[in-house]
Amino acid sequence: MFIYWANDEYSITIFGHTFVRFFPDWYYNLLHIPSRLAEGMAWHFLFMWFFTLNGIFYILYTIISGEWRELVPKRNSFKEAWLVVLHDLHIRKMAPPQNKYNAAQRIAYTAIIVMGIGSVITGLAIYKPVQFYYLTWICGGYHFARIIHFALTLGYVFFFVIHVVQVILAGWNNFRSVVSGFEVVNEEPKTVVENE
Amino acid sequence: MKNQKLLWKMSNRAPKKSRKELSVEQKINRRNFISFTVFGALGLSAYGGWRWLYNSPMEPAGGITGDTRLPLRRALNKTELAFRRVFSNNHLVKTYPKEMAAKYVRHNTDIGSKSKLDAAAWRLQVRKISGEIMAISIDEIKSLPKFDIVYDFKCVEGWDQIQHWGGVRFVDFIKHFGLEAETKLDYVGLETPDKQYYVGLDMPSAMHPQTLLAYEMNEQPIPVRHGAPLRLIIPVKYGIKNLKRIGSISFSNKRPHDYWAEQGYDYYSGL
Repeated sequence: MFIYWANDEYSITIFGHTFVRFFPDWYYNLLHIPSRLAEGMAWHFLFMWFFTLNGIFYILYTIISGEWRELVPKRNSFKEAWLVVLHDLHIRKMAPPQNKYNAAQRIAYTAIIVMGIGSVITGLAIYKPVQFYYLTWICGGYHFARIIHFALTLGYVFFFVIHVVQVILAGWNNFRSVVSGFEVVNEEPKTVVENE
Repeated sequence: MKNQKLLWKMSNRAPKKSRKELSVEQKINRRNFISFTVFGALGLSAYGGWRWLYNSPMEPAGGITGDTRLPLRRALNKTELAFRRVFSNNHLVKTYPKEMAAKYVRHNTDIGSKSKLDAAAWRLQVRKISGEIMAISIDEIKSLPKFDIVYDFKCVEGWDQIQHWGGVRFVDFIKHFGLEAETKLDYVGLETPDKQYYVGLDMPSAMHPQTLLAYEMNEQPIPVRHGAPLRLIIPVKYGIKNLKRIGSISFSNKRPHDYWAEQGYDYYSGL
């Protein structure tokens, strides 16, 4: 899911052309971008459906399953998230409380949903600025909507990089739990027997 | 905590009758095996789907649209159908006060208007259903009510510019020359006199109240490089559809050929 959200291989071609002065030439040549605008747009307008539907299903799932309770930041999350950052950067030794998702994760995983919704809305605003004129207006006009749309895309790349680095740092057992939905914790045998 | 939850779930699952009760270790292994098999299968099929799409065949050459992989073209066309539902003549492009219009209007391409313009000989050719070809002079067009628009011209490349154009609305042009029957067809095709540049428009977009056959830019006659003597200004489409130096107009139920659609762009490119 997050890989998909973050993987912007398809849309960068468009943005490459859009923000011609934003990226240096070597960047284009590295990614074989020049003169592929039409191709980029074709990919974009197919994959936007996947991303959007994926996002909608994910949101529906979190609501129906009640998982959103584990994901939405709580009042103290922002303070705790800072402690998580300090801990992860090895500045602070003590780890803050860690439930299913810690405070930083809560903020990050909720932010990515808000970003996704933002991308869909700004995307529609620049895709059909005449038909969805009210969306364009809400987004602060055509120019501003484009900038938000692009900035969000950069945000996904950022999210993606941090996400992968964190998964690698967290190690194999954590990754296994992500895939299988449970974590193996070696505890005193007694406890295990009690719960059986 | 998590561990307890897991074990609770597992113990709730009814054990198969004849089989021996599995040890915790075995259960863990079994669930890991199932999870990773599913994960791997999904990963592989996503990769396979991606490879399929990436290597999918191109559109056959010589069609109305071209230079795009077939599934992607299908997606473009389906996307157009989905978004066409929100198209309405009541949705107007935002207009600006004329002071905001650019003094130096951006010029992107000369395709179709490179040759020298013979202004005196120029006539707009309109091909009617009957086969009759009308030849309309620029003065006849200028005698119709003039409509000015100052709006944000948007290019598919990503730039946009507030520009001021004046001319006759396409709807008024149709009415004046009695072409209502022609507008029952699905598409309008426009070509430059040398037929080097050509666009196809869906009828609703062409009949949008802000679509102009323009002969003025910034309240002056349009300069040659900007499409003199008459050009299309269609705010509900990207710049690629705003053909310069119109030579002929025709009507059809089949999609007219379109310069950029042949080169991989969306045929409709609507805004």
